[in-house]
Amino acid sequence: MTMGTIIWKEMKERPTALIASLLAIILSVTALVAIRNVTIFSEQEVAGKLDELGANVLILPEGVTLQDYYAADMHKETIPEEHVAELALAGLTGVEAITPKLCVPTKLDDRNVILTGILPQSEIQKMNAWSGGGMLFKKHEGCKAKINVADENLDAPDSLAERRALQHLNQSEVLLGSDFAASKGLKEGDQLQLLGETFEVLSVLPSTGTVDDSRVFAHLHTVQRLSGTGPVVNIIEVMGCCEDVANGLVGELQSLLPGTKVVTIANVVETQVSINRMMTNLSYLFLAILVAVGGASMASASFANVIERRREIGTLMALGATPRFVTQLFLAKAALLGLAGGISGYVLGSLIAVLLGPVFANVSVFPVPSLAIVAATVAVLVTLAASYFPARQASRLDPCLCFKEV
Amino acid sequence: MLKLESVKKVYCKHQDEVVALDTTTIEIARGEFAAIIGPSGSGKTTLLSMLGAMSAPSEGRILLDDVSIYDLPIEQRAEVRQNKIGFVFQTFNLVPYLTAIENVQVPMMLSQKFRTEQQERAEELLGTVGLQDRLHHKPSELSIGQQQRVALARMLANDPLIILADEPTGNLDPETRDQVLAFLRQFNEEGRTIIMVTHDLSAAECARRTLRLSEGRIQAGSDQNLLKTA
Ligand SMILES: Nc1ncnc2c1ncn2[C@@H]1O[C@H](COP(=O)(O)OP(=O)(O)O)[C@@H](O)[C@H]1O
Ligand SMILES: [Mg+2]
Repeated sequence: MTMGTIIWKEMKERPTALIASLLAIILSVTALVAIRNVTIFSEQEVAGKLDELGANVLILPEGVTLQDYYAADMHKETIPEEHVAELALAGLTGVEAITPKLCVPTKLDDRNVILTGILPQSEIQKMNAWSGGGMLFKKHEGCKAKINVADENLDAPDSLAERRALQHLNQSEVLLGSDFAASKGLKEGDQLQLLGETFEVLSVLPSTGTVDDSRVFAHLHTVQRLSGTGPVVNIIEVMGCCEDVANGLVGELQSLLPGTKVVTIANVVETQVSINRMMTNLSYLFLAILVAVGGASMASASFANVIERRREIGTLMALGATPRFVTQLFLAKAALLGLAGGISGYVLGSLIAVLLGPVFANVSVFPVPSLAIVAATVAVLVTLAASYFPARQASRLDPCLCFKEV
Repeated sequence: MLKLESVKKVYCKHQDEVVALDTTTIEIARGEFAAIIGPSGSGKTTLLSMLGAMSAPSEGRILLDDVSIYDLPIEQRAEVRQNKIGFVFQTFNLVPYLTAIENVQVPMMLSQKFRTEQQERAEELLGTVGLQDRLHHKPSELSIGQQQRVALARMLANDPLIILADEPTGNLDPETRDQVLAFLRQFNEEGRTIIMVTHDLSAAECARRTLRLSEGRIQAGSDQNLLKTA
């Protein structure tokens, strides 16, 4: 038998009292872990988005609000296609690609499909060449990013999926999103009828996991002609070579194209960033609650436990327990409780985060093991601090009270 | 072996001073069986707790084997209780959530005996008090008499030379009372010094020496050394 036996048996005797004293700690650790867990994944997503789309600037009609980056062109408002030429002629530094898009909903057999018109880069470069002006694609000074200027290797139609720009596309060709192609059983070289015209499938795009997978891409001018919209687009995507450029471009583009709305990916994730900041602050709040409320309830439970066990403590002292032993007895119990509270809080919090993260923060969440260490450490420190004075009181009890007749 | 030198104990409660034990000098020799008798509130428990290194006197010294125990640091005083003194309480004071065998192991755990040694000795001791088939019962599952026998086994765990018993038969029915007294007599015959507080005169008859306390004073002439030669 060891001190551990005493601690363990005493705790087993009164499990409900333990849970009650730990409740505040378990609940606040739960909240802390859940919030941190969701925040971690939300921050990762923001970082991922910035990484993936960081250099992109969207030029939209003024009245459009941006919800989903990938569906930014799915709206009915338009801007004149002339803007594309203005951009091409302006020769902005650090621009890698300019992709105007126009979306028209249509049907293939009975399936709804978004026909998206895009202008290939080769034609934009031509505009620039006609003007005899400067280069369209020039690297800005000090740019560390590798610039994808009309690289022959990036000529493949598949690059649309990754770079969101395309070098060549004929007026009678289409590119198919992977989901759409799969649902229609279409492959490269097949023919299909859209808006009364026959197209040849140039390529099926690799899957991206975005709405692009269920689109059909055709030449902008073909789409404009068939849908009778005239020379308009829904969006112009401008890809800068790096994030600095993208952010710097906003001002230039705004003054170049009044009457449009210029948005960077940083703007797109802004709400998420501010939610993350709020959640981080919230987690500090819960930490404070954990320390204050959890500590106070633990302290009062420990004091009650000491009072309740006075005779037992006196007896242990009569049997030769030193004050140091008594202190250790209560502190070890507190640490054990803190550990249990921290771990159960971690388990509950992770569960809540995994279940509710997708609902509230729109990110998929997985448990983070390192949070268990943080949760357990914080909970143990709180219970230890809360039990310090009760433990000291216990060690200073008068052992003579074991002689008292009940 | 135990010596009180002009010991006085005064309790202070809100300016009221209670003289629980007035200046006393007595000596208890090795192997003695002494009974302390007297009415309730006469200072018997106070005297016993001072003898047991549990509460410091207000004046005077208490010597155990020529060592003044209240001049020792508190941790060493705990070791004195651990190794030299065994207590028997009126209310047994078994740890309620531990089984009989675990209760007996407590003093050995405190003196850091090995686990197997604890186990074996606890079993043996419970055997000597006739509880070999109650090892894993909790106090609440034992009769009053059985509980006091567990307490006796626990008291013997670290093989103490001195046994201090505060009304050990106070809560017992006559039959178990006789059992406990027989055990105490047996322990005394093994060479242990026993000091037993009681207000049961017939229990006191077991002892070879009787100290009669009244209002914190040992009654003159009460300290009779009835050497009941066998
Ligand atoms: N902790 C204490 N604080 C104050 N007075 C006490 C304390 N313990 C005992 N006393 C007083 O000391 C006197 C002797 O008590 P005690 O030794 O318990 O007597 P007995 O054991 O003979 O009944 C009593 O008057 C009692 O009220
Ligand atoms: Mg008493």
